[in-house]
Amino acid sequence: MRRLHCLLAAALMLPVLALAEAGDDPLGSPAWLDLKPSFVGNARVVFDDRVKVSGPKIAEDSLNVPVGVRIEGLPDIERVLVVADLNPITKVLEFSPRGALPALYFRMKLQQASPIRALALTKDGIWHAGGIWIDAAGGGCTAPSIGRSNANWTATLNTVQAQAWENDQQSRLKLKIMHPMDTGLAPGIPAFYIEKLSLRDARGHEWMMLKTFEPVSENPVFSFDFVGRTPPGLVLSGHDNNGNLIHAKVAK
Amino acid sequence: MKLRTALLLLVFWLPLGALAESFDYRLSPYRVADDSYVFIGKTEDFTPANGGNIVNTAFIVTRDGVVVIDTGSTRRYGEQMRQAIAKVTPKPIIKVFNTHHHPDHFLGNQAFKDVPILALPATIAGEQAEGDAFANNVYRMAGDWALGTEPFPANQAVQPGHMTVGGHDLEIIGWGGHTAADMVIFDHTTGVLFAADLVFYNRAATTPHAVLANWFASLDRIQKIPFKVMVPGHGLPVMDNRAIDQTRNYLHWLDRTLRDAARNGAEMTEVLARPIPAEFSEIALVASEYSRSIAHLYRSYEAETLAPASH
Repeated sequence: MRRLHCLLAAALMLPVLALAEAGDDPLGSPAWLDLKPSFVGNARVVFDDRVKVSGPKIAEDSLNVPVGVRIEGLPDIERVLVVADLNPITKVLEFSPRGALPALYFRMKLQQASPIRALALTKDGIWHAGGIWIDAAGGGCTAPSIGRSNANWTATLNTVQAQAWENDQQSRLKLKIMHPMDTGLAPGIPAFYIEKLSLRDARGHEWMMLKTFEPVSENPVFSFDFVGRTPPGLVLSGHDNNGNLIHAKVAK
Repeated sequence: MKLRTALLLLVFWLPLGALAESFDYRLSPYRVADDSYVFIGKTEDFTPANGGNIVNTAFIVTRDGVVVIDTGSTRRYGEQMRQAIAKVTPKPIIKVFNTHHHPDHFLGNQAFKDVPILALPATIAGEQAEGDAFANNVYRMAGDWALGTEPFPANQAVQPGHMTVGGHDLEIIGWGGHTAADMVIFDHTTGVLFAADLVFYNRAATTPHAVLANWFASLDRIQKIPFKVMVPGHGLPVMDNRAIDQTRNYLHWLDRTLRDAARNGAEMTEVLARPIPAEFSEIALVASEYSRSIAHLYRSYEAETLAPASH
């Protein structure tokens, strides 16, 4: 009888252990365990409250879902990956806050309700994850960009608008780049998106490096935060996946 | 025994479920003046529980027949509206107006296919362009209440001006701000003003197609109309300016909040996190509409703050 109990207990243990592993995602995403290796390989992931992701509960406009990532009190961040588990293209962007604060604000396309997570890699090789669920009616990734209906969208391609807000304590740089950011999922329109952006000061020192992917919204807007005033002579440079270059002076 | 219970449950569950979903909006007309009736909707968003009965629709019983103002969110709503009107008068429906192109105001048009449906030209264009997406969205939000609902755009363009219908002097006014074209109907014979969605009362104003500067101008003009009763698009009818004032105060606050935030460099997610003043706390859905309005409007305020960067 006792032996039977032991067997039963052993039989019950396995699924319990498996559940604990699956349940370690506080967002309860059905895709997380499958996706995790493709984002971080075998590295250790910890869910960390210091990695804060902000956004609306419901995406009113699936083409422009505002997302903020802000990491506070976590030192030695090498890079931050932002992913949407249930988007057809899961990787949204990646940034390395070299001298800028580990924070980034942007807008993205959502195809359906999904967890949006930020994964911050620290120097010790551990990924720190935070995130939220955003509900969405959907369709954000498979719609053609709006600018496509405007015949002269190429005239403004990769032009940049910017503004800085600053005082001695902190500053913010907001910029907008004109680009269709086509996902390749709308019929007959190949993927066409900005791949890389970099902010460097007048002496060539890099303050922020950004890799962007298809889900970033059309005519993307980014906000970057700095301690103190914006670095002098800040220049934005980068390119899209067709080799078109981006270059603009974005701060004094 | 267990199996039998399960089978019994299975057998009885289906008809019980069907009974619970009889899709009856229980529309009951509320008389606001001589000949003038309103079906008052809930001050809620579309849900499977309310089936989209979230809007005020109205009708005027004239000497020659019935004038219908807006047709509700679904085919079923339009059909039940017609049945409810028939309980008030045996007169035929002779005209239907769509005040603007939003789904809760015109997706009941299918029930009025045999009657001229009048709307401002920009409203007809909006119904044609966005009707399919609206119908899909109402189905997604309200469920099977919207089964069989398809857009049936208005089929007669109307220009602003006076129109005498069965002894009622109706002034058709074409303003805007809530959408590109918002029709207001003032019945000079009864003093009833059908303000549609230029005025919300105790239900937060919605802004998916709003141009606030135009909306403020329309509110100022509405206030000059000597109405006895005003029927807002959402919320209870009123006899004074309280609904106009509330709509204006809320939209002014929204406008000021978004403009100030954009000028200070705030990001959309930061604006989302701002508290809503206590004076608006009694307005239904104010938190969710504020959040939606940021998605609709913030980027245009933000665009004004960005300057071209040199190469």
